[in-house]
Amino acid sequence: MDLLKPLLHKLLSAFLDILPIIAVIIFFQLAVIQKPFPDIEQTVSGLILVVLGLFLFILGLENALFPMGERLAIQFAQRGNVLWLVLFGFALGFSTTIAEPALTVIANKAGQIAADSGAIQNKTESISSFVYGLRLTVAFSVGLAIAIGVIRIVKGWHLIWFILAGYGLIVLATFFAPKEIIGIAYDSGGITTSTITVPLVTALGIGLATTIRGRNPILDGFGLIALASLTPILFVMLFGMVVYGVEG
Amino acid sequence: MNGESGFFPLVQISLQNTLFDVLPILAVLAFFQVIVLRKKVPHFRQIFTGLVLVVLGLAIFIVGLEQCIFPIGSHMADQLTTLSFLAKGNNHTIAALQSGTPISPSLYAWTYLFAFLIGFSTTLAEPALIAVAIKAREISTGAISEWGLRITVALGVAIGVTLGTYRIVTGNSLYLYLAIGYGFLLLQTWFAPKSIIPLAYDSGGVTTSTVTVPVLAALGIGLATNVPGRSPILDGFGLIAFASLFPMIAVMAYAMISEWRAKRKENNPVSNIQ
Repeated sequence: MDLLKPLLHKLLSAFLDILPIIAVIIFFQLAVIQKPFPDIEQTVSGLILVVLGLFLFILGLENALFPMGERLAIQFAQRGNVLWLVLFGFALGFSTTIAEPALTVIANKAGQIAADSGAIQNKTESISSFVYGLRLTVAFSVGLAIAIGVIRIVKGWHLIWFILAGYGLIVLATFFAPKEIIGIAYDSGGITTSTITVPLVTALGIGLATTIRGRNPILDGFGLIALASLTPILFVMLFGMVVYGVEG
Repeated sequence: MNGESGFFPLVQISLQNTLFDVLPILAVLAFFQVIVLRKKVPHFRQIFTGLVLVVLGLAIFIVGLEQCIFPIGSHMADQLTTLSFLAKGNNHTIAALQSGTPISPSLYAWTYLFAFLIGFSTTLAEPALIAVAIKAREISTGAISEWGLRITVALGVAIGVTLGTYRIVTGNSLYLYLAIGYGFLLLQTWFAPKSIIPLAYDSGGVTTSTVTVPVLAALGIGLATNVPGRSPILDGFGLIAFASLFPMIAVMAYAMISEWRAKRKENNPVSNIQ
């Protein structure tokens, strides 16, 4: 019974997380659109799956993703080899992004736009090489961001300088980047950090900031995700300049 | 519970996809653990079970979203922006709208409300944000509350998405909005309490993920398709950019207001009593 109680509590809190969506949907369907639900059975069983899935995910989060990220941070810090840590950060960022489904969707869309506007040939090979290039570019930029972010935590540099420099470069690049790529670039910043990457990377950063002496977990532990959503914007615009040419 | 059996094959496909996404991450983790660190994983069984739960949970979560929330979300976005709904069945108004009379942005009031509420509620359900909020509470030893951070971020997304839908309706320049928004953000960064900056910027990247992105994409494309004179390709983008910009502004604003109120209390102990 004692084991069951925290589980029930977690199940209830998963339900509370979803409740606002349910309320919004019911309100608009009944009060504004004023039509009955098209398929009530599918809707209800879908909602049950959403709550169940979130419950299992949060359970696994606290048992696997958080401890994994933290222990890796502690082990790397004990080993004291910054190079391996930086390589690990790069590999983690690169590998989580290259397989990200949302990125594949956006890259395919960008490939179609590029072909329609005549920037690349409207052939399957040239489109797929554009798409592949774009995905590699974004994955590389996320890997780079985590690597830089890890060095930042080790050195204790303040995030604000990286943010100012990063967004400064983004503003500059926006002036020279081709129009077709700008919307995609800004959108790609938000989508690259997936649901599994975020807990792992956050736990890694906080683990490092807690283990390394003189670091403050709040000030130094966060910020890896921030950098990982900044670099793709910049690198996608650079990619656009290479493919489309620099805007006058 | 008849529907559950029909979902089983969907869960299976989703499970395969999720496993495929997780494999490169696991490969990197295993490589560094075995080759570089050469240490045993402590509590291996607990971590393994946890990983199974993460993958299974995410797979089930996504099937539920795809079966229930995404179709309803895009259906609603579509219905709320059709001309017949906006004109409330008034044929004369429909004809006027179709003939290219400039549309008053106030006609879309229900769409703005929907954008606000759906942005707010989907953000609260975002698993990645829950994870960051748990960590923020842990390391601030409770000074940053889990729900406090999530509600602040969700308000930021809600405001951002509402402004984004207004922009699509009016057809204003996305870059003008983004330039002003990021300009304001940098200015705010300069004045905000230094300790909140990393968390605030992390919140921006975290908000747009599994739940929010598909719903916002559907809203943006539905709106850009139905509003006369907009193109889904040119105007459909940008809602996600707004949804990552405004949470950062919101979190820093919240920290600035808290700091300002704390200072005022210190300077003016009398008001403290009242």
